[in-house]
Amino acid sequence: MSTAIDTLIFDLSTTTLREANQALHAEDLTGEVLITNPRGAHAVAAGVDAEVQITVEGHVGYYAAGMNKHAAITITGNAGVGVAENMMSGRVHVQGNASQSAGATAHGGMLVIDGDAAARCGISMKGVDIIVGGSIGHMSAFMAQSGRLVVRGDAGEALGDSIYEARLFVRGEVSSLGADCIPKPMSQEHHSELRELLDAAGYSDDDTRDYTRYGSARRLYHFRVDNAASY
Amino acid sequence: MCGIVGLHLRNPELYPRLGKLLTSMLCEMEERGADSAGVAVYGDPTWSPPGTVTVSVLESGLTAGELSEALTAQLGTEVSVHQADATQLASAVTDVEELKTAVAEIAPEALICGFGQDLAVLKGVGHPRDLAEAYGLRSAEGWQGVGHTRMATESAVTPGGCHPYAVGDGQCMVHNGSFSNHATIRRELRRKGVEFDSENDTEVGARFIADRMIEGSGLEQAVDALAENFDGFYTLLVSDRDSFAVVRDAIACKPAIIAETEDWVAMASEYRALAELPGVEDAILYEPEPNRIYAWSRKQAELKEVAIA
Repeated sequence: MSTAIDTLIFDLSTTTLREANQALHAEDLTGEVLITNPRGAHAVAAGVDAEVQITVEGHVGYYAAGMNKHAAITITGNAGVGVAENMMSGRVHVQGNASQSAGATAHGGMLVIDGDAAARCGISMKGVDIIVGGSIGHMSAFMAQSGRLVVRGDAGEALGDSIYEARLFVRGEVSSLGADCIPKPMSQEHHSELRELLDAAGYSDDDTRDYTRYGSARRLYHFRVDNAASY
Repeated sequence: MCGIVGLHLRNPELYPRLGKLLTSMLCEMEERGADSAGVAVYGDPTWSPPGTVTVSVLESGLTAGELSEALTAQLGTEVSVHQADATQLASAVTDVEELKTAVAEIAPEALICGFGQDLAVLKGVGHPRDLAEAYGLRSAEGWQGVGHTRMATESAVTPGGCHPYAVGDGQCMVHNGSFSNHATIRRELRRKGVEFDSENDTEVGARFIADRMIEGSGLEQAVDALAENFDGFYTLLVSDRDSFAVVRDAIACKPAIIAETEDWVAMASEYRALAELPGVEDAILYEPEPNRIYAWSRKQAELKEVAIA
Protein backbone atom coordinates (compact mmCIF):
# COMPACT_ATOMS: atom_id res chain seq x y z
CA MET A 1 0.00 0.00 0.00
CA SER A 2 1.45 3.28 -1.06
CA THR A 3 1.61 6.04 1.49
CA ALA A 4 1.54 8.63 -1.24
CA ILE A 5 -0.31 11.84 -0.51
CA ASP A 6 -3.33 10.77 -2.56
CA THR A 7 -4.07 7.77 -0.35
CA LEU A 8 -7.36 8.33 1.34
CA ILE A 9 -7.35 6.88 4.87
CA PHE A 10 -10.38 6.00 6.97
CA ASP A 11 -9.79 4.82 10.51
CA LEU A 12 -13.07 3.24 11.53
CA SER A 13 -12.23 3.64 15.20
CA THR A 14 -12.54 7.40 14.71
CA THR A 15 -14.60 7.75 11.50
CA THR A 16 -18.10 6.34 11.14
CA LEU A 17 -18.65 3.62 8.59
CA ARG A 18 -21.32 5.76 6.92
CA GLU A 19 -18.84 8.60 6.43
CA ALA A 20 -16.29 6.24 4.94
CA ASN A 21 -18.78 4.53 2.63
CA GLN A 22 -20.25 7.85 1.50
CA ALA A 23 -16.76 9.08 0.59
CA LEU A 24 -16.21 5.85 -1.34
CA HIS A 25 -19.35 6.57 -3.35
CA ALA A 26 -18.08 9.98 -4.56
CA GLU A 27 -18.45 10.39 -8.34
CA ASP A 28 -14.83 11.36 -8.97
CA LEU A 29 -13.15 8.82 -6.72
CA THR A 30 -9.70 7.69 -7.88
CA GLY A 31 -6.42 6.49 -6.41
CA GLU A 32 -5.91 4.39 -3.33
CA VAL A 33 -7.90 4.02 -0.16
CA LEU A 34 -6.91 2.49 3.17
CA ILE A 35 -9.51 1.47 5.74
CA THR A 36 -8.22 0.55 9.19
CA ASN A 37 -9.86 -0.89 12.31
CA PRO A 38 -12.95 -2.38 10.66
CA ARG A 39 -13.42 -4.64 13.74
CA GLY A 40 -16.01 -6.82 12.10
CA ALA A 41 -18.26 -3.97 10.90
CA HIS A 42 -20.89 -4.79 8.29
CA ALA A 43 -21.01 -3.47 4.70
CA VAL A 44 -17.44 -2.13 4.68
CA ALA A 45 -16.67 -0.73 1.21
CA ALA A 46 -20.02 -1.90 -0.15
CA GLY A 47 -21.40 -0.39 -3.33
CA VAL A 48 -18.17 1.09 -4.70
CA ASP A 49 -18.39 2.06 -8.37
CA ALA A 50 -14.94 3.42 -9.25
CA GLU A 51 -11.57 2.19 -10.42
CA VAL A 52 -9.83 2.49 -7.08
CA GLN A 53 -7.67 0.24 -4.96
CA ILE A 54 -9.03 -0.27 -1.49
CA THR A 55 -7.22 -2.06 1.29
CA VAL A 56 -9.15 -3.00 4.42
CA GLU A 57 -6.81 -3.86 7.25
CA GLY A 58 -8.45 -6.39 9.56
CA HIS A 59 -11.57 -8.53 9.83
CA VAL A 60 -14.86 -7.41 8.32
CA GLY A 61 -18.47 -8.38 9.06
CA TYR A 62 -21.35 -9.08 6.68
CA TYR A 63 -21.56 -7.99 3.02
CA ALA A 64 -18.11 -6.42 2.72
CA ALA A 65 -17.37 -5.20 -0.81
CA GLY A 66 -20.94 -6.10 -1.77
CA MET A 67 -22.18 -4.96 -5.19
CA ASN A 68 -18.63 -3.96 -6.10
CA LYS A 69 -18.10 -2.46 -9.54
CA HIS A 70 -14.63 -1.70 -10.95
CA ALA A 71 -12.79 -1.46 -7.61
CA ALA A 72 -9.96 -3.74 -6.48
CA ILE A 73 -10.60 -4.41 -2.81
CA THR A 74 -8.23 -6.35 -0.54
CA ILE A 75 -9.29 -7.47 2.91
CA THR A 76 -6.27 -8.49 4.94
CA GLY A 77 -8.28 -10.48 7.52
CA ASN A 78 -11.40 -12.66 7.53
CA ALA A 79 -14.71 -11.74 5.97
CA GLY A 80 -18.19 -12.39 7.38
CA VAL A 81 -21.32 -13.56 5.58
CA GLY A 82 -21.79 -12.56 1.94
CA VAL A 83 -18.46 -10.99 1.02
CA ALA A 84 -18.61 -9.53 -2.52
CA GLU A 85 -22.25 -10.55 -2.82
CA ASN A 86 -23.73 -9.37 -6.08
CA MET A 87 -20.36 -8.07 -7.34
CA MET A 88 -20.61 -6.76 -10.90
CA SER A 89 -16.95 -6.32 -11.81
CA GLY A 90 -13.55 -5.58 -10.30
CA ARG A 91 -11.67 -7.76 -7.89
CA VAL A 92 -12.09 -8.67 -4.24
CA HIS A 93 -9.30 -10.44 -2.40
CA VAL A 94 -9.82 -11.91 1.08
CA GLN A 95 -6.50 -12.88 2.59
CA GLY A 96 -8.08 -14.80 5.47
CA ASN A 97 -11.19 -16.99 5.56
CA ALA A 98 -14.67 -16.10 4.38
CA SER A 99 -17.93 -17.03 6.07
CA GLN A 100 -20.98 -18.37 4.26
CA SER A 101 -22.43 -17.14 0.96
CA ALA A 102 -19.19 -15.64 -0.35
CA GLY A 103 -19.74 -14.19 -3.82
CA ALA A 104 -23.47 -14.95 -3.67
CA THR A 105 -25.37 -13.95 -6.84
CA ALA A 106 -22.31 -12.09 -8.17
CA HIS A 107 -22.50 -11.20 -11.85
CA GLY A 108 -18.86 -10.53 -12.68
CA GLY A 109 -15.39 -9.71 -11.49
CA MET A 110 -13.07 -11.97 -9.54
CA LEU A 111 -13.27 -13.02 -5.89
CA VAL A 112 -10.12 -14.58 -4.45
CA ILE A 113 -10.19 -16.09 -0.97
CA ASP A 114 -6.80 -17.28 0.24
CA GLY A 115 -8.21 -19.27 3.16
CA ASP A 116 -11.38 -21.34 3.41
CA ALA A 117 -14.89 -20.31 2.50
CA ALA A 118 -17.82 -21.67 4.54
CA ALA A 119 -21.18 -22.97 3.34
CA ARG A 120 -22.97 -21.74 0.21
CA CYS A 121 -19.92 -20.24 -1.48
CA GLY A 122 -20.96 -18.96 -4.90
CA ILE A 123 -24.65 -19.63 -4.29
CA SER A 124 -26.62 -18.51 -7.36
CA MET A 125 -23.46 -17.08 -8.95
CA LYS A 126 -24.23 -15.36 -12.23
CA GLY A 127 -20.90 -14.82 -13.92
CA VAL A 128 -18.33 -14.14 -11.22
CA ASP A 129 -15.04 -16.05 -11.02
CA ILE A 130 -14.32 -17.32 -7.51
CA ILE A 131 -10.99 -18.84 -6.56
CA VAL A 132 -10.69 -20.33 -3.09
CA GLY A 133 -7.23 -21.17 -1.76
CA GLY A 134 -8.56 -23.57 0.87
CA SER A 135 -11.78 -25.56 1.12
CA ILE A 136 -15.45 -24.66 0.81
CA GLY A 137 -18.48 -25.70 2.87
CA HIS A 138 -21.74 -27.43 2.03
CA MET A 139 -24.25 -26.36 -0.63
CA SER A 140 -21.69 -24.34 -2.52
CA ALA A 141 -22.53 -23.23 -6.07
CA PHE A 142 -26.20 -24.01 -5.38
CA MET A 143 -28.19 -23.02 -8.49
CA ALA A 144 -25.02 -21.49 -9.92
CA GLN A 145 -25.90 -20.00 -13.29
CA SER A 146 -22.63 -18.95 -14.85
CA GLY A 147 -19.05 -18.07 -14.00
CA ARG A 148 -16.29 -20.28 -12.64
CA LEU A 149 -15.60 -21.58 -9.12
CA VAL A 150 -12.10 -22.94 -8.45
CA VAL A 151 -11.37 -24.72 -5.17
CA ARG A 152 -7.81 -25.67 -4.31
CA GLY A 153 -8.93 -27.74 -1.31
CA ASP A 154 -12.04 -29.81 -0.65
CA ALA A 155 -15.74 -29.14 -1.17
CA GLY A 156 -18.50 -29.93 1.36
CA GLU A 157 -21.77 -31.76 0.81
CA ALA A 158 -24.12 -31.17 -2.11
CA LEU A 159 -21.72 -29.27 -4.34
CA GLY A 160 -23.44 -27.63 -7.29
CA ASP A 161 -26.97 -28.67 -6.39
CA SER A 162 -29.40 -27.69 -9.19
CA ILE A 163 -26.53 -26.10 -11.08
CA TYR A 164 -27.07 -24.37 -14.43
CA GLU A 165 -24.06 -23.42 -16.55
CA ALA A 166 -21.40 -22.42 -14.01
CA ARG A 167 -18.15 -24.40 -14.23
CA LEU A 168 -16.61 -25.83 -11.08
CA PHE A 169 -13.01 -27.01 -10.67
CA VAL A 170 -12.04 -28.80 -7.45
CA ARG A 171 -8.59 -30.12 -6.62
CA GLY A 172 -9.44 -32.02 -3.43
CA GLU A 173 -12.24 -34.27 -2.24
CA VAL A 174 -15.90 -33.50 -2.82
CA SER A 175 -18.04 -34.80 0.07
CA SER A 176 -21.03 -35.25 -2.22
CA LEU A 177 -22.49 -33.77 -5.38
CA GLY A 178 -25.87 -32.07 -5.40
CA ALA A 179 -28.75 -32.90 -7.73
CA ASP A 180 -27.79 -32.78 -11.40
CA CYS A 181 -24.13 -31.94 -10.75
CA ILE A 182 -21.65 -34.38 -12.29
CA PRO A 183 -17.91 -34.69 -12.89
CA LYS A 184 -16.93 -33.84 -16.46
CA PRO A 185 -13.79 -34.47 -18.52
CA MET A 186 -11.13 -31.78 -18.74
CA SER A 187 -10.40 -30.91 -22.36
CA GLN A 188 -7.58 -28.63 -23.46
CA GLU A 189 -10.02 -25.73 -23.40
CA HIS A 190 -10.73 -26.36 -19.72
CA HIS A 191 -7.06 -26.72 -18.84
CA SER A 192 -6.37 -23.35 -20.46
CA GLU A 193 -9.35 -21.75 -18.79
CA LEU A 194 -8.31 -23.06 -15.36
CA ARG A 195 -4.68 -22.05 -15.97
CA GLU A 196 -5.75 -18.48 -16.63
CA LEU A 197 -7.87 -18.36 -13.50
CA LEU A 198 -5.13 -19.81 -11.28
CA ASP A 199 -2.54 -17.44 -12.71
CA ALA A 200 -4.84 -14.47 -12.22
CA ALA A 201 -5.40 -15.45 -8.59
CA GLY A 202 -1.69 -15.92 -7.89
CA TYR A 203 -1.64 -19.72 -7.82
CA SER A 204 0.66 -20.26 -10.78
CA ASP A 205 2.33 -23.32 -9.30
CA ASP A 206 -0.82 -25.44 -9.36
CA ASP A 207 -1.00 -28.20 -11.94
CA THR A 208 -4.35 -28.10 -13.70
CA ARG A 209 -4.20 -31.88 -14.10
CA ASP A 210 -4.80 -32.21 -10.35
CA TYR A 211 -8.25 -30.68 -10.74
CA THR A 212 -11.59 -32.23 -11.61
CA ARG A 213 -14.24 -30.30 -13.45
CA TYR A 214 -17.89 -30.45 -12.36
CA GLY A 215 -20.93 -29.07 -14.06
CA SER A 216 -24.55 -29.58 -14.92
CA ALA A 217 -25.85 -32.85 -16.35
CA ARG A 218 -28.66 -30.68 -17.76
CA ARG A 219 -31.30 -33.21 -16.78
CA LEU A 220 -32.99 -31.00 -14.24
CA TYR A 221 -33.50 -27.61 -15.79
CA HIS A 222 -34.87 -28.64 -19.15
CA PHE A 223 -38.59 -29.04 -19.06
CA ARG A 224 -39.62 -32.56 -19.98
CA VAL A 225 -43.23 -33.16 -20.62
CA ASP A 226 -42.89 -36.72 -19.29
CA ASN A 227 -42.08 -35.23 -15.90
CA ALA A 228 -44.90 -32.69 -15.94
CA ALA A 229 -46.64 -34.34 -13.01
CA SER A 230 -43.55 -33.90 -10.86
CA TYR A 231 -43.21 -30.16 -11.26
CA MET B 1 -32.23 -13.22 14.67
CA CYS B 2 -30.75 -13.13 18.23
CA GLY B 3 -27.12 -12.83 19.25
CA ILE B 4 -25.16 -15.17 21.46
CA VAL B 5 -21.82 -14.78 23.18
CA GLY B 6 -19.72 -16.93 25.46
CA LEU B 7 -16.36 -16.49 27.13
CA HIS B 8 -14.39 -19.21 28.88
CA LEU B 9 -11.29 -17.87 30.60
CA ARG B 10 -8.17 -20.00 30.78
CA ASN B 11 -5.94 -17.42 32.47
CA PRO B 12 -7.02 -16.68 36.08
CA GLU B 13 -5.49 -13.22 35.80
CA LEU B 14 -8.44 -12.33 33.57
CA TYR B 15 -11.13 -13.50 36.05
CA PRO B 16 -11.59 -9.99 37.53
CA ARG B 17 -12.27 -8.67 34.01
CA LEU B 18 -14.89 -11.26 33.00
CA GLY B 19 -17.83 -8.89 33.43
CA LYS B 20 -16.19 -6.08 31.52
CA LEU B 21 -15.31 -8.37 28.61
CA LEU B 22 -18.73 -10.01 28.59
CA THR B 23 -20.43 -6.60 28.64
CA SER B 24 -18.59 -5.49 25.51
CA MET B 25 -19.46 -8.77 23.78
CA LEU B 26 -23.14 -8.60 24.74
CA CYS B 27 -23.57 -4.94 23.83
CA GLU B 28 -21.96 -5.46 20.45
CA MET B 29 -24.72 -8.01 19.70
CA GLU B 30 -27.52 -5.56 20.58
CA GLU B 31 -28.52 -5.12 16.94
CA ARG B 32 -29.17 -8.84 16.62
CA GLY B 33 -31.80 -8.68 19.33
CA ALA B 34 -32.96 -5.70 21.32
CA ASP B 35 -36.05 -6.90 23.15
CA SER B 36 -34.40 -8.74 26.02
CA ALA B 37 -31.03 -9.93 27.20
CA GLY B 38 -29.78 -12.43 29.71
CA VAL B 39 -26.45 -13.59 31.05
CA ALA B 40 -25.08 -16.45 33.07
CA VAL B 41 -21.91 -15.86 35.04
CA TYR B 42 -19.88 -18.60 36.65
CA GLY B 43 -17.80 -17.64 39.66
CA ASP B 44 -18.78 -14.13 40.70
CA PRO B 45 -18.14 -13.91 44.48
CA THR B 46 -21.00 -11.45 45.07
CA TRP B 47 -23.65 -13.14 42.94
CA SER B 48 -22.73 -16.71 43.89
CA PRO B 49 -20.49 -16.63 47.00
CA PRO B 50 -17.85 -19.38 47.12
CA GLY B 51 -18.92 -22.46 49.06
CA THR B 52 -22.64 -21.76 48.61
CA VAL B 53 -25.25 -22.84 46.12
CA THR B 54 -27.22 -20.12 44.37
CA VAL B 55 -30.76 -20.07 43.02
CA SER B 56 -31.59 -17.27 40.58
CA VAL B 57 -35.17 -16.05 41.05
CA LEU B 58 -37.43 -13.75 39.04
CA GLU B 59 -40.80 -12.31 39.99
CA SER B 60 -40.87 -13.59 43.57
CA GLY B 61 -43.18 -10.75 44.60
CA LEU B 62 -40.97 -10.18 47.66
CA THR B 63 -38.15 -7.77 48.38
CA ALA B 64 -34.65 -9.22 48.73
CA GLY B 65 -34.87 -8.71 52.48
CA GLU B 66 -38.24 -10.46 52.76
CA LEU B 67 -37.08 -13.36 50.62
CA SER B 68 -33.86 -13.73 52.61
CA GLU B 69 -35.75 -13.71 55.91
CA ALA B 70 -38.37 -16.21 54.75
CA LEU B 71 -35.79 -18.58 53.23
CA THR B 72 -33.57 -18.40 56.32
CA ALA B 73 -36.55 -19.24 58.55
CA GLN B 74 -37.65 -22.06 56.24
CA LEU B 75 -34.26 -23.72 55.95
CA GLY B 76 -32.90 -22.91 59.39
CA THR B 77 -29.69 -21.71 57.82
CA GLU B 78 -28.56 -18.27 56.70
CA VAL B 79 -29.74 -17.49 53.16
CA SER B 80 -28.45 -14.28 51.63
CA VAL B 81 -30.32 -12.65 48.74
CA HIS B 82 -28.60 -10.28 46.36
CA GLN B 83 -30.76 -8.13 44.11
CA ALA B 84 -29.34 -7.58 40.60
CA ASP B 85 -31.93 -5.62 38.65
CA ALA B 86 -35.04 -7.84 38.42
CA THR B 87 -33.20 -11.02 39.42
CA GLN B 88 -32.81 -12.13 43.03
CA LEU B 89 -29.86 -14.37 43.76
CA ALA B 90 -30.45 -16.52 46.84
CA SER B 91 -27.31 -18.20 48.20
CA ALA B 92 -26.78 -20.55 51.12
CA VAL B 93 -24.56 -23.36 52.31
CA THR B 94 -27.08 -26.10 51.70
CA ASP B 95 -28.29 -28.59 49.13
CA VAL B 96 -29.36 -26.88 45.91
CA GLU B 97 -32.58 -28.91 45.63
CA GLU B 98 -33.55 -27.89 49.18
CA LEU B 99 -32.98 -24.24 48.40
CA LYS B 100 -35.00 -24.54 45.19
CA THR B 101 -37.84 -26.24 47.02
CA ALA B 102 -37.83 -23.55 49.70
CA VAL B 103 -38.02 -20.81 47.03
CA ALA B 104 -40.92 -22.61 45.33
CA GLU B 105 -42.78 -22.94 48.63
CA ILE B 106 -42.27 -19.34 49.71
CA ALA B 107 -42.87 -17.78 46.30
CA PRO B 108 -44.93 -20.25 44.27
CA GLU B 109 -45.36 -17.79 41.40
CA ALA B 110 -41.64 -17.08 41.11
CA LEU B 111 -39.60 -18.19 38.13
CA ILE B 112 -36.43 -20.07 39.03
CA CYS B 113 -34.16 -19.17 36.16
CA GLY B 114 -30.96 -20.90 37.25
CA PHE B 115 -29.48 -22.91 40.05
CA GLY B 116 -26.22 -24.49 41.09
CA GLN B 117 -22.84 -23.82 42.59
CA ASP B 118 -20.98 -20.72 41.35
CA LEU B 119 -23.76 -19.88 38.86
CA ALA B 120 -25.84 -16.71 38.61
CA VAL B 121 -28.39 -16.25 35.82
CA LEU B 122 -29.75 -12.76 35.19
CA LYS B 123 -32.62 -12.05 32.84
CA GLY B 124 -34.64 -9.07 31.88
CA VAL B 125 -36.75 -7.40 29.23
CA GLY B 126 -35.39 -4.30 27.53
CA HIS B 127 -32.40 -3.08 25.62
CA PRO B 128 -29.21 -5.15 26.13
CA ARG B 129 -27.11 -2.07 26.88
CA ASP B 130 -29.54 -0.85 29.56
CA LEU B 131 -29.81 -4.33 31.02
CA ALA B 132 -26.03 -4.85 31.21
CA GLU B 133 -25.89 -1.57 33.12
CA ALA B 134 -28.78 -2.51 35.41
CA TYR B 135 -27.25 -5.92 36.15
CA GLY B 136 -23.92 -4.30 37.01
CA LEU B 137 -22.42 -6.80 34.62
CA ARG B 138 -19.31 -4.73 34.06
CA SER B 139 -18.01 -5.38 37.55
CA ALA B 140 -18.76 -9.12 37.59
CA GLU B 141 -15.91 -11.57 38.03
CA GLY B 142 -15.52 -15.25 37.29
CA TRP B 143 -14.13 -17.81 34.90
CA GLN B 144 -16.95 -18.20 32.44
CA GLY B 145 -19.93 -16.30 31.14
CA VAL B 146 -22.56 -16.59 28.44
CA GLY B 147 -25.00 -14.03 27.14
CA HIS B 148 -27.91 -13.68 24.77
CA THR B 149 -29.63 -10.77 23.04
CA ARG B 150 -33.11 -11.75 21.96
CA MET B 151 -35.26 -10.96 18.96
CA ALA B 152 -38.36 -12.91 19.84
CA THR B 153 -39.94 -15.12 17.20
CA GLU B 154 -41.51 -18.13 18.91
CA SER B 155 -42.86 -16.76 22.19
CA ALA B 156 -43.72 -13.54 24.03
CA VAL B 157 -41.23 -10.95 25.22
CA THR B 158 -41.21 -11.78 28.93
CA PRO B 159 -38.45 -12.55 31.42
CA GLY B 160 -39.52 -16.20 31.08
CA GLY B 161 -38.93 -16.03 27.33
CA CYS B 162 -35.46 -14.60 27.82
CA HIS B 163 -32.37 -16.78 27.52
CA PRO B 164 -30.24 -18.38 28.99
CA TYR B 165 -32.29 -21.43 29.89
CA ALA B 166 -30.78 -22.98 32.97
CA VAL B 167 -32.84 -26.09 33.60
CA GLY B 168 -30.19 -28.44 35.00
CA ASP B 169 -27.82 -28.06 37.95
CA GLY B 170 -25.23 -25.52 36.88
CA GLN B 171 -26.28 -25.85 33.25
CA CYS B 172 -27.21 -23.13 30.77
CA MET B 173 -28.24 -22.98 27.16
CA VAL B 174 -28.49 -20.05 24.77
CA HIS B 175 -29.86 -20.40 21.27
CA ASN B 176 -29.83 -18.48 18.03
CA GLY B 177 -32.47 -19.85 15.73
CA SER B 178 -35.92 -21.35 16.11
CA PHE B 179 -37.45 -24.75 16.66
CA SER B 180 -40.70 -25.17 14.75
CA ASN B 181 -41.99 -28.40 16.34
CA HIS B 182 -41.43 -27.32 19.93
CA ALA B 183 -45.12 -27.63 20.83
CA THR B 184 -45.17 -31.31 19.91
CA ILE B 185 -42.02 -32.09 21.86
CA ARG B 186 -43.21 -30.03 24.83
CA ARG B 187 -46.38 -32.15 24.93
CA GLU B 188 -44.31 -35.34 24.85
CA LEU B 189 -42.05 -34.11 27.64
CA ARG B 190 -45.04 -32.94 29.73
CA ARG B 191 -46.52 -36.42 29.38
CA LYS B 192 -43.30 -37.69 30.96
CA GLY B 193 -43.75 -35.28 33.85
CA VAL B 194 -41.34 -32.53 32.77
CA GLU B 195 -42.51 -29.08 33.87
CA PHE B 196 -42.13 -25.90 31.84
CA ASP B 197 -41.80 -22.24 32.79
CA SER B 198 -42.66 -20.68 29.43
CA GLU B 199 -44.00 -21.23 25.92
CA ASN B 200 -40.52 -20.69 24.53
CA ASP B 201 -39.01 -23.04 21.93
CA THR B 202 -35.52 -22.90 23.41
CA GLU B 203 -36.78 -23.99 26.80
CA VAL B 204 -38.06 -27.15 25.13
CA GLY B 205 -34.60 -27.75 23.67
CA ALA B 206 -32.94 -27.18 27.03
CA ARG B 207 -35.39 -29.46 28.87
CA PHE B 208 -35.07 -32.11 26.16
CA ILE B 209 -31.29 -32.16 26.62
CA ALA B 210 -31.60 -32.18 30.42
CA ASP B 211 -34.14 -35.03 30.21
CA ARG B 212 -31.85 -37.11 28.00
CA MET B 213 -28.94 -36.47 30.35
CA ILE B 214 -31.01 -37.56 33.37
CA GLU B 215 -31.72 -40.77 31.45
CA GLY B 216 -27.99 -41.34 31.15
CA SER B 217 -26.99 -39.74 27.83
CA GLY B 218 -23.79 -37.76 27.61
CA LEU B 219 -23.94 -34.23 26.26
CA GLU B 220 -22.93 -35.39 22.78
CA GLN B 221 -25.63 -38.06 22.67
CA ALA B 222 -28.21 -35.64 24.00
CA VAL B 223 -27.37 -33.04 21.35
CA ASP B 224 -27.41 -35.78 18.73
CA ALA B 225 -30.93 -36.72 19.86
CA LEU B 226 -31.94 -33.07 19.68
CA ALA B 227 -30.74 -32.92 16.08
CA GLU B 228 -32.80 -36.04 15.36
CA ASN B 229 -36.02 -34.83 16.99
CA PHE B 230 -36.22 -31.09 16.44
CA ASP B 231 -37.12 -29.27 13.23
CA GLY B 232 -35.62 -25.84 12.84
CA PHE B 233 -32.40 -23.94 12.99
CA TYR B 234 -29.91 -23.54 15.74
CA THR B 235 -26.56 -22.44 16.90
CA LEU B 236 -26.43 -23.51 20.53
CA LEU B 237 -24.05 -22.71 23.33
CA VAL B 238 -24.42 -25.14 26.22
CA SER B 239 -22.45 -24.58 29.42
CA ASP B 240 -21.97 -26.01 32.86
CA ARG B 241 -19.66 -25.17 35.76
CA ASP B 242 -16.57 -26.47 34.05
CA SER B 243 -17.18 -26.33 30.37
CA PHE B 244 -18.95 -24.99 27.39
CA ALA B 245 -19.92 -26.49 24.07
CA VAL B 246 -20.98 -25.07 20.71
CA VAL B 247 -23.07 -26.88 18.13
CA ARG B 248 -24.74 -25.82 14.87
CA ASP B 249 -27.43 -27.64 12.94
CA ALA B 250 -26.71 -29.34 9.62
CA ILE B 251 -27.94 -26.41 7.53
CA ALA B 252 -25.83 -23.96 9.53
CA CYS B 253 -27.62 -20.80 8.44
CA LYS B 254 -27.26 -19.32 11.92
CA PRO B 255 -23.82 -17.80 12.27
CA ALA B 256 -21.10 -18.59 14.77
CA ILE B 257 -17.45 -17.79 15.19
CA ILE B 258 -14.96 -19.19 17.66
CA ALA B 259 -11.73 -17.56 18.79
CA GLU B 260 -9.07 -19.17 20.92
CA THR B 261 -5.95 -17.88 22.61
CA GLU B 262 -3.85 -19.28 25.45
CA ASP B 263 -5.81 -17.03 27.80
CA TRP B 264 -9.40 -17.66 26.71
CA VAL B 265 -11.89 -19.32 24.37
CA ALA B 266 -14.70 -17.16 23.05
CA MET B 267 -17.73 -17.80 20.90
CA ALA B 268 -20.11 -15.29 19.34
CA SER B 269 -22.65 -14.90 16.56
CA GLU B 270 -20.31 -12.48 14.82
CA TYR B 271 -16.68 -11.46 14.94
CA ARG B 272 -17.43 -7.89 15.97
CA ALA B 273 -18.49 -9.17 19.41
CA LEU B 274 -14.95 -10.48 19.87
CA ALA B 275 -13.14 -7.41 18.58
CA GLU B 276 -12.51 -5.96 22.06
CA LEU B 277 -11.07 -9.10 23.62
CA PRO B 278 -7.43 -8.80 24.70
CA GLY B 279 -5.12 -10.51 22.20
CA VAL B 280 -7.86 -11.18 19.65
CA GLU B 281 -5.55 -10.02 16.88
CA ASP B 282 -3.44 -13.15 17.48
CA ALA B 283 -6.33 -15.53 18.21
CA ILE B 284 -7.06 -18.64 16.20
CA LEU B 285 -10.36 -17.78 14.52
CA TYR B 286 -12.70 -20.24 12.88
CA GLU B 287 -16.29 -20.90 12.02
CA PRO B 288 -17.61 -24.07 13.66
CA GLU B 289 -18.71 -26.67 11.14
CA PRO B 290 -22.27 -27.94 11.04
CA ASN B 291 -23.26 -31.05 13.02
CA ARG B 292 -20.12 -31.03 15.10
CA ILE B 293 -19.86 -30.44 18.81
CA TYR B 294 -17.01 -28.22 19.96
CA ALA B 295 -16.44 -28.49 23.71
CA TRP B 296 -13.96 -27.00 26.15
CA SER B 297 -13.46 -27.84 29.77
CA ARG B 298 -11.51 -26.36 32.66
CA LYS B 299 -10.50 -29.91 33.50
CA GLN B 300 -8.93 -30.65 30.13
CA ALA B 301 -7.17 -27.84 28.40
CA GLU B 302 -7.70 -29.18 24.90
CA LEU B 303 -10.65 -28.66 22.61
CA LYS B 304 -12.83 -31.72 22.26
CA GLU B 305 -14.44 -32.07 18.88
CA VAL B 306 -17.08 -34.67 18.11
CA ALA B 307 -18.96 -35.20 14.89
CA ILE B 308 -22.66 -35.92 15.30
CA ALA B 309 -23.67 -39.28 13.86
